Amino acid sequence: MPGSAATGSASPIVATLKESAVAALVAAVLAVPLLGLQTVQEPGGLTLHTRWTWVGIAVGAVFLGRLLLNVAIAAISQRRAARQQRSATSLGQAVNRYAVSLTAAALLFAVALPFLPFTDRYVLDVSILVLTYIMLGWGLNIVVGLAGLLDLGYVAFYAVGAYSYALFAQNFDLGFWACLPLAGMLAAMFGLLLGFPVLRLRGDYLAIVTLGFGEMIRIILINWQSLTNGSNGITGIPRPTFFGLPFAASAPADTTTFHQFFDISFSPLQRIIFLYYVILVLALITNAFTLRIRRLPVGRAWEALREDETACRSLGINPTNTKLTAFSIGAMFAGFAGSFFATRQGFISPESFVFLESAIILAIVVLGGLGSQIGVVIAAIVLIGGPEIVRQLEEFRMLAFGGLMVLIMIWRPRGLLSYREPTIRLRPRDRRAAVASDAATKALP
Amino acid sequence: MTVLAVRGVHTFYGNIEALKGVDLEVAAGEIVTLIGANGAGKSTLLMTICGQPAATRGQIVFDGDDITRQPTHEIVARGIAQSPEGRRIFPRMSVLENLMMGATTAPSQHFADDLDRVFTLFPILKERRQQRGGTLSGGEQQMLAIGRALMSRPRLLLLDEPSLGLAPMVVKQIFQTIREINRMEGVTIFLVEQNAYHALRLAHRGYVLVNGRVTMTGGGRDLLANAEIRAAYLEGGH
Repeated sequence: MPGSAATGSASPIVATLKESAVAALVAAVLAVPLLGLQTVQEPGGLTLHTRWTWVGIAVGAVFLGRLLLNVAIAAISQRRAARQQRSATSLGQAVNRYAVSLTAAALLFAVALPFLPFTDRYVLDVSILVLTYIMLGWGLNIVVGLAGLLDLGYVAFYAVGAYSYALFAQNFDLGFWACLPLAGMLAAMFGLLLGFPVLRLRGDYLAIVTLGFGEMIRIILINWQSLTNGSNGITGIPRPTFFGLPFAASAPADTTTFHQFFDISFSPLQRIIFLYYVILVLALITNAFTLRIRRLPVGRAWEALREDETACRSLGINPTNTKLTAFSIGAMFAGFAGSFFATRQGFISPESFVFLESAIILAIVVLGGLGSQIGVVIAAIVLIGGPEIVRQLEEFRMLAFGGLMVLIMIWRPRGLLSYREPTIRLRPRDRRAAVASDAATKALP
Repeated sequence: MTVLAVRGVHTFYGNIEALKGVDLEVAAGEIVTLIGANGAGKSTLLMTICGQPAATRGQIVFDGDDITRQPTHEIVARGIAQSPEGRRIFPRMSVLENLMMGATTAPSQHFADDLDRVFTLFPILKERRQQRGGTLSGGEQQMLAIGRALMSRPRLLLLDEPSLGLAPMVVKQIFQTIREINRMEGVTIFLVEQNAYHALRLAHRGYVLVNGRVTMTGGGRDLLANAEIRAAYLEGGH
């Protein structure tokens, strides 16, 4: 073991040298037949030539390589030991300490983004996509991060939201703003529907059933031809209007378009910018709701349920109601996001709601650090924006992306921001003292 | 007046009969202890009183009402609080949040008073109220578990092995506080313990549970003086 050589108390240098020598010996044994001997075709038949320099180079390279590797590992493990006390927690605490200014800066940036000089159609499209996933991540965070219910079928509620907007808009001629609450309510009802059968399940078993539920919804969407048009999907979903004003170059008679009303020249970007602000507001509503409900008894009950269900029961919490509210409220936000997705795309089909989507949303929540709101934002930017940034790598894109995820999980096994801030505190001064005493307790062996 | 009456209760885990007809009573204002060896069914009895698992046969009466087959959260809402075995505090929530969770069934206008009461009983919790539960020491966690149970303003407090895994000094302190809770607050206490010496010294009355049956009952001091009890539960230990 390289680690044991580095930490050996007697004399780490001798141990390292010894280990490198062993590696060199193994290399020599392998190199003699593989590199040292060469058969050469000569007029008299095959003759055996020797290439001892090659063997020497190989053995030398292995010895030096092993030595350097050991030194590097020793250095890294020393630094890690020194930093162990302030790992994931301290990053989270640091972020939390500057939470207010960070959040304000991020918010300002998000609001100003459409008008920044480098912003073009592509940047806006990616930003809308990232914001959609941030909203989904915040919604799923209620179910997984707060209530601790592992939901692998979250995309089902996203699909319910998208299809309910598409169908309401096409069949009843309802606008986006009328459909949005309806889509949310329908998704919440499906959340309840899923909630009931899985109440008794925990952990892995719950995950399997939710996974099945997600697939069920997708397969129903494919097979219910008469309603959903099957795998062909629904086309011509109405675009959102600016409170009745459509975004179009020229409007049909007796309607005013957005640019006519405000007396500005038409640009196709106007609709995109509007969509951007819609999803920004929807996402912020999700966040504000979560932050608020965490301070209310029901939000605290979700968190307590995640920590210890038995203890919750013994405190008089009705786990049935608590779980059902978590499921349905989480689903409601997916429904909102789904109906935004439908109006943005103008076309939906069951293909947009495959298991991979659930997996990505869950990855955002887990990578961000379960229960952390800012973590979700960072993870969504990394996971959704990341593949866009490394797009020039072409076919190696997913490889690079996968490697990045593995690295993050090695570096921060509990998520990017795993520190959970208490939802209540008495006075700001007390908090600093509490953090200090917290650190002091942890510093003790 | 009888607060809690357990009559002929049988409890099963699958096919295993953990309680084989237990009878006991707890009167208002009393501290009653149930002692017994590992696996005698002590914790099972406490959990059965809370309805999880529910008794297969027999009857549990609290304040004159049959609560045998009620769901746990309704039983708790009637005024029974439990500090469970192994404490089971919420490790990632702060001390204050843990206490707030305890107040789930209590009317909210009493919250500030109840919090003061718990902080008076356990001053260390006040100091540590912003700290996460999981970072407390074992003794502090036990205090938090008892404090959390008290936040629901119970008339009957069930304590499951509060001395488990604690240093003798801390055990002494915890038992002192239990006595205080009983005297000052008038809370009836049903205490399950392996630490028979401390439990019997504290309790007004005691029951001995062996293999799911109550084999002996009497005043705390009488049981403490009993030769059989001394041989089975006290010799060598203390």
